[in-house]
Formats: sequence, structure tokens, C-alpha cells
Amino acid sequence: MKSSLIKSTVIFLGLFFLYFPILVLIFYSFNENKRVMVWKGFSLRWYNELFNNEQIIEAFIISIKIAALSATFATILGVMIGYSLVRIRKIPFKSFYIFLSSTPLVLPELILGLSMLLFFISLNNVIGFPSSRGQLTIFISHVTFCIAFVAIIIQARLTDFNKNIEEAAMDLGYNYTKVLYKITLPIILPSIIAGWLLAFTISLDDLVVASFTTGPGANTLPIVVFSKVRLGLSPEVNALSAILMFALIIIGLFYFYFNKKFKH
Amino acid sequence: MKNKLFEKYFVFSPYFWLVLFFFIPLAIIFKISISVSEWGMPPYQDIFLFDNGFKINTTLENYVYIFSDYYYIGSFVNSLILALISTFFCLLIGFPLSFYIATSNIRLRNILLVLVVIPFWSSFLLRVYAWKIILQNNGILNVILLNLGITSEPLQLLYNQYAVIMGIVYTYLPLMILPLYGYLNKFDLNLIEASKDLGLNRTKTFFKVILPLSVPGIVAGSLLVFIPVVGEFIIPEMLGGSDRLYYGKILWEEFFVNRNWPGASALAFSGIIILVLPIVIFQILYSRWSQKNEI
Repeated sequence: MKSSLIKSTVIFLGLFFLYFPILVLIFYSFNENKRVMVWKGFSLRWYNELFNNEQIIEAFIISIKIAALSATFATILGVMIGYSLVRIRKIPFKSFYIFLSSTPLVLPELILGLSMLLFFISLNNVIGFPSSRGQLTIFISHVTFCIAFVAIIIQARLTDFNKNIEEAAMDLGYNYTKVLYKITLPIILPSIIAGWLLAFTISLDDLVVASFTTGPGANTLPIVVFSKVRLGLSPEVNALSAILMFALIIIGLFYFYFNKKFKH
Repeated sequence: MKNKLFEKYFVFSPYFWLVLFFFIPLAIIFKISISVSEWGMPPYQDIFLFDNGFKINTTLENYVYIFSDYYYIGSFVNSLILALISTFFCLLIGFPLSFYIATSNIRLRNILLVLVVIPFWSSFLLRVYAWKIILQNNGILNVILLNLGITSEPLQLLYNQYAVIMGIVYTYLPLMILPLYGYLNKFDLNLIEASKDLGLNRTKTFFKVILPLSVPGIVAGSLLVFIPVVGEFIIPEMLGGSDRLYYGKILWEEFFVNRNWPGASALAFSGIIILVLPIVIFQILYSRWSQKNEI
């Protein structure tokens, strides 16, 4: 009895620690007062101001666009890597291939951002492209570091996957390509969707790499939010937080739904 | 024949992308880190000079510069200490939590796991911002402390190294819990019962059975927390004060404020060598080893 009490207490305190800050943020988003910390009364004023804030709305649209595009590219390339690592035996310089596809997972974002920026500047010096940085350069950078996350999900899924189904289809006369498109990809589809959702969220959430590779006309949402809260508090950001947290948590639930499927 | 073509397409499309947009950028960092700096745009000289015959124009001065100045080494050491302390606290909170989740019944287990990891999906920046609200002088924590009579006036909780540790432990905790849970979930709980039956008490069971079996999870979780925290820039920027400088901050300032590209590149490349390389080598060896054992 005593040990189950300890257990419930630990779990309760753990969850409290994880959710308390989020609840505080949501609570204060309904504060009428412009001074965030002084409670004046319940109000939806800051939600209203948020939806009329063109800078934030524009940044939000840019962020969604970049996130959707980079998640799609990262998913295609990540699936190819996951498939290659598990199913294709002959990969030239395989250690190098593994190095390329796993290092972005552990490389601090700051170093990745700096390397991308210096790369784009050097590339511009050599071939005159990209002449200025912006949405395209953020997109390329995001694809590059999201690939690894998708690859690891697909790799895990394919390792669990029963090869007999593929071999049976081959025996029945399906060729290699047909097996892939008719058997393998449909079976791992939930993991592909989970990978896309993860890449989408990572791109949407990224501040550091985007700060390095951004340019005129490409202020993503985290960049705008950071500039607003770096030195103080902002009631509009509180309202934005509440909405964004809610939306992202729903995406997270979908991710678990799709990624859980493969475990059983 | 067709299979070959198709395999090549699958292997080489991502290969091409990653060499172009990941490996070459890293190589460029290295190149600039051994370039001679100068005033101008770009603020470094080319490493190959062709004006009077061919000449290689490189220097290790940038490395000497950062490794002989306490400002840089001290910040890097600060970051390592910060990462060590944060990893310790993540482990301290994460271990009992993952252990109790892993030993719950299967339905509760899945719900709890989702509940623990879901905050990780919500915006990183905003979760750090939430602590800025909590730790304000007139924030909720100070209000509680005042009402309980623990302090008589509001404490300065924000803008110091403790706030930074708090923010890091909070945001990185799920990264510790996931791998820990993964390993704890795998092992047979009957082992705990067996060790109790054999007369080991709780403490001994923990140190002789549970802890040794969870070492891989502890290592994986600690690496996932430790490495990004060393390079962390946002959390010290939002919650930290001027009491401590960290690696991320000086790298940022060396590049954007001092405009010393070779110096910033040398800092970044040193970071890669010291932090990332050992782990990458470990990973490659591990994946080869596990592949061999599979066949």
C-alpha cells in the first residue's frame, strides 16, 4: 500500500511539473490587463488583438508554408534513407551515409545554423545564388535537419517489419518496384505520416536555424515571438501561446495515434 | 537491371542532398576556421591564393586565439557544467517517473506516456516563456512564497543561472524520459520480485538489479539532454542574466556582433570535435555491431 502511494505521488508531481507552466500561460492569456502579471479580470481582448496583428498573422502563414513544404521533402528523403539502411545491402561508403543521416540529430542547432548561413554566403560568392536569404534558404535548412528524424522512425518501422510478406509478393510475381509501392509503403504509411507530423512540428518550432538563414520577408513565427519576449512579456504572445499549444498538442496526439499502430 | 537503377535512385537522392546541404556546409565551417581573418566582406582571406603562383594560405591562429583566452574556454566550461547539472536533475526527476510509468498496468502506461511526452510537442520557445511568467518578481511563485511567509519580500528568481537550469530541466525532461522508459519497459518486472524473494532489500534490489539493467537507457537519455544543452542559446538568453556566459551566447556574439567569422567557425568546429564526434563514432560502431549480431 505504501509503495503504491509513493508511486501515485511521483506520477502526480511529475505531471504537475510538466503541465503547471502551460496552465499558467493559458490562465494569463485571459487577463484583461496590459501588464501581464497584474490580474484585472477575464477578457478575450488579447485574442482579439492577436487576430488583428498583421505581423504575427503573416509570420504564422510563412511558418506554416515552410513547415509543410520542408516536412514533405524531408519525409520523401527520410523514407529513402530509412529504406536504404534496412533493405539495401550495397551502399557505397555506408559509414559515411550513416554519419550524414544521423549527425543532424545530435548536432547543436546553433552550429547547424552557422554552417548553413556560411554555406549560402559562399555559394552566392561562387555561383551567384542564392542572392539573398529568405524562405528558400530556411526551407533547405529545415529539410536538411528534419530528414534524420524521419529516417530514424522509418528505419525502426522497417526493422520490425516482417520481410516474409515482401518475399511472398515477389514469389507471386511482383517485381521490386511493385512490391515497394503496393506492399511496403502502404504498410508503413502510418509511420510515414508520423514522420511528416514530427518534421512539420520541428520546422514550425525552430528558432535558431531560422534566425541564421532568414532574410528580408522571411520572419517566421518563432522569430517574431522571440523578438517580442526576449526582453519582457507580451499579452499577445500569451494568447498566441494558448492557441498554439492547443494546436500542437493535437498534432502530437495524431503522431502517437499513427506511430503507435506499428507497435502492435 | 531495373532493381539496380531503382536502388541507386533511393540511395543517392538523399545522399546527394545531405552531401550538398550538410557535409559541404560543415566543410565550409572548417575552411573558414583555418582562414586568415581580415577587415572586409567576407571578413577572411581565401585559403588558396593564385596571385604569385599557387599558395595555400591557412592558419591555426583562430584556434590558438579561442583556446588561449579564458573568455572562450570559461564559457565552454560553464556550458559543460550547466549541461552536467541539468542532465543530473533530468535524471533525478525522469528516472522515478519513467520507472513508475513502466510498472503501471498496460492501459494506464500508454496514457501516462502520452501525457508525459505531449508537452514536448508544444512550442519550445513558449514553454521557456512560461517560466519567465512564473519566475517574475510579481509572478506566481513569489506570490506563493510571500503568502506562505517564507520570504518577506519578492525574490529575484529570474535572470540568473538557476532560472536557466530550471528552464532546461523543464524543456528537456521528456528527452530523458523517452529512452529511459523504452529500456525500463523492456525488462521483465518479475526480476524485481525474484530479487525480493531471494532476500535482497529495496535498496539492494535497486542498485543490483534495476540500475544495472537501465544503464543503456540512462546513457541514451543523458546524451540526448547533455549535447544540445551545451549548445543551448535560447534558454540562457530568455531566463539567464549576466552572471554567466555560455558557449552558445559567445558563438552567436562572435559571429553577429564581433563579425569574427573565422573565430566563430573555430568555436563551432571545436564544438563539433569535442561534443559530436565521439557520439557519431560510437553510433557507427554500434550500428555495425548490431547488424553483425543480427545476421
